Amino acid sequence: MSGRVLVGVKRVIDYAVKIRVKPDNSSVVTDGVKHSMNPFCEIAVEEAVKMKEKKLIKEVVAVSCGPQQAQETIRTALAMGADRGIHVEVTGKDYETLGPLQISKIMAALAKKEEAQLIILGKQAIDDDCNQTGQMTAALLDWPQGTFASEVSLEGDKIKVVREVDGGLETIKINVPAVITADLRLNTPRYATLPNIMKAKKKKIANMKPADLGVDITSRLEVLRVDEPPQRQAGVKVETVEDLVSKLKEAGLV
Amino acid sequence: MAALLVRLFSKSCRQISRPWAACQAGWRSRSTTPAPDMASDHPAGLVFPPLQTYSEEESMMREAVKKYAQERIAPVVSKMDENSAMDEEVLKSLFEQGLMGIEIEPEYNGTGSTFFSSILVIEELAKVDPSVAVLCDIQNTLINTLFVKLGTAAQKEQYLSRLSTDMIGSFCLSEAESGSDAFSLKTRAEKHKDYYIINGSKMWISNAEHAGVFLVMANVDPSAGYRGITCFIVDRDTEGLEICKKENKLGLRASSTCPLNFDNVKVPEKNILGQVGHGYKYAIGMLNEGRIGIAAQMLGLAQGCFDHTIPYTRQRVQFGKRIFDFQGMQHQIAHVATQIEAGRLLTYNAARLKEAGRPFIKEACMAKYFTAEVATLTTSKCIEWMGGVGFTKDYPIEKYYRDCKIGTIYEGTTNVQLSTIAKFIDKEYDH
Repeated sequence: MSGRVLVGVKRVIDYAVKIRVKPDNSSVVTDGVKHSMNPFCEIAVEEAVKMKEKKLIKEVVAVSCGPQQAQETIRTALAMGADRGIHVEVTGKDYETLGPLQISKIMAALAKKEEAQLIILGKQAIDDDCNQTGQMTAALLDWPQGTFASEVSLEGDKIKVVREVDGGLETIKINVPAVITADLRLNTPRYATLPNIMKAKKKKIANMKPADLGVDITSRLEVLRVDEPPQRQAGVKVETVEDLVSKLKEAGLV
Repeated sequence: MAALLVRLFSKSCRQISRPWAACQAGWRSRSTTPAPDMASDHPAGLVFPPLQTYSEEESMMREAVKKYAQERIAPVVSKMDENSAMDEEVLKSLFEQGLMGIEIEPEYNGTGSTFFSSILVIEELAKVDPSVAVLCDIQNTLINTLFVKLGTAAQKEQYLSRLSTDMIGSFCLSEAESGSDAFSLKTRAEKHKDYYIINGSKMWISNAEHAGVFLVMANVDPSAGYRGITCFIVDRDTEGLEICKKENKLGLRASSTCPLNFDNVKVPEKNILGQVGHGYKYAIGMLNEGRIGIAAQMLGLAQGCFDHTIPYTRQRVQFGKRIFDFQGMQHQIAHVATQIEAGRLLTYNAARLKEAGRPFIKEACMAKYFTAEVATLTTSKCIEWMGGVGFTKDYPIEKYYRDCKIGTIYEGTTNVQLSTIAKFIDKEYDH
């Protein structure tokens, strides 16, 4: 297989940041908050770049949907070794309601336009934890999917994927073209070295809007409310087993 | 009188705005694609961005180094300090990340970036470990710059690719009897036909333990005084070059500091860097730039120490409230933060001035002197704010306290910096 791989990269709030909910409970605070590439997307980029280094594929294209700042995320992917980027510009209210369904429609349209042979995505984003985009994209394209991949190997015109499932590991073989979603243990993403950051400046990022791809991004979901998780209540220490049982009875738990 | 003032004022205004435009042009001509993000950071039409304005490339570099330093260097800092030894893995990864050839062109395997990027890199490294930062600083601002500026095509061919890939360099100027009085150095280079014989010794040479190449300042003609000082490129395995046991230091322990002995070391004529007798000029010139690098190191040190301390003050509760909430603490903390900010602006401005090709020596001296003082103040205060735990080796604070002291001493003592600044001030009032 000597084709093109699309890698989706999402700009999310950095994993180390303490999330705060806006006072009006409409969403979380994003202004002035540190953002970076979704960790699972980093793993996806790393896998694609590794495939290119092994000469299994020819070109890695990094895709991100969002406002101007999404370009930073694409640049990071370029610095990791992607060849070029596509920035699908979505701003304002549209960006706030952008979700897996719209992204998968965009990815599907791009896959057709770019004649991609493989789409690699992170298994989920650490902000919404949806875990849907990969699956929806595969369905829209009617392509096979290898999700929660902890090992991927190309074997001729098929792909062997070892998936991390609740019961252990499941190995499947799927046809190309396909959608893969990366799980944590797939690889360890490389650092963008300084020389690669410099090289990334010369790589191209194409700009387009969802409308250019014929994709309708109206949302079918309305977020009603965002709340912080309830504060953890202090526990109670008991002296004897009898105390424990009576407290449990009091709480109506036994 | 007023008219004269207006004319002077508008003249200096124009002088300020023109070089800034040249500055931006300089940036643009450096990269193959324009740096649009400078303008996009600010409202349209803002021609004089704040000092803390970075090109996209600089921001990305800083983020990359920050992450790398946290993940690859932070875990071994304590061990390196304890053993007074630089970790081999860290050395290797510094090269892999392209941090040792920041301004070297890609044709020599370098990163091909700018001086300001080096400054940001050194600052970020120093936040985690000032020893690693100084190694990176010496390589980039002293060794690489000397080769790039003065090297013949053959010398560049032989050394630049190695310097950016796997070879560390050492800058050998100081001797036991000549520190601040650098030009009274005694190491002698005697000319014979097409080679020189070097005899003498050097002291306080950083990176010496791991260096593959040494830039040695030796005098070819003592009767000419400092005008005999010449810069020689000496490879590590040259016969007669002895690298002695490294010093057991208070701070910057992971950075090796060794005396060197030269016993009839034979160096071919082609290994002279630049011109014979011009070594003193090169030394001064390079140290002016190296000064800004050290300022960045002290700055990072202060900031790193501060960043470790403040969370503790926000957590620690005494008398029913966070110690951060006591007014006495707040005033001290705010004072230190202001000093760090001032040090940062001095450093960044000196770096930008140098990049713009404008005079920067006075500002570089101010930056180095000030940040070294700020580092001393910050680390001292941080130990106090941390209380008893600040005094223990379980917390990183005491290491910063030990590391900062050399800042007022090396690469030009504070007294030398102050005298240099005074000389410039004197000249300014000449007309």
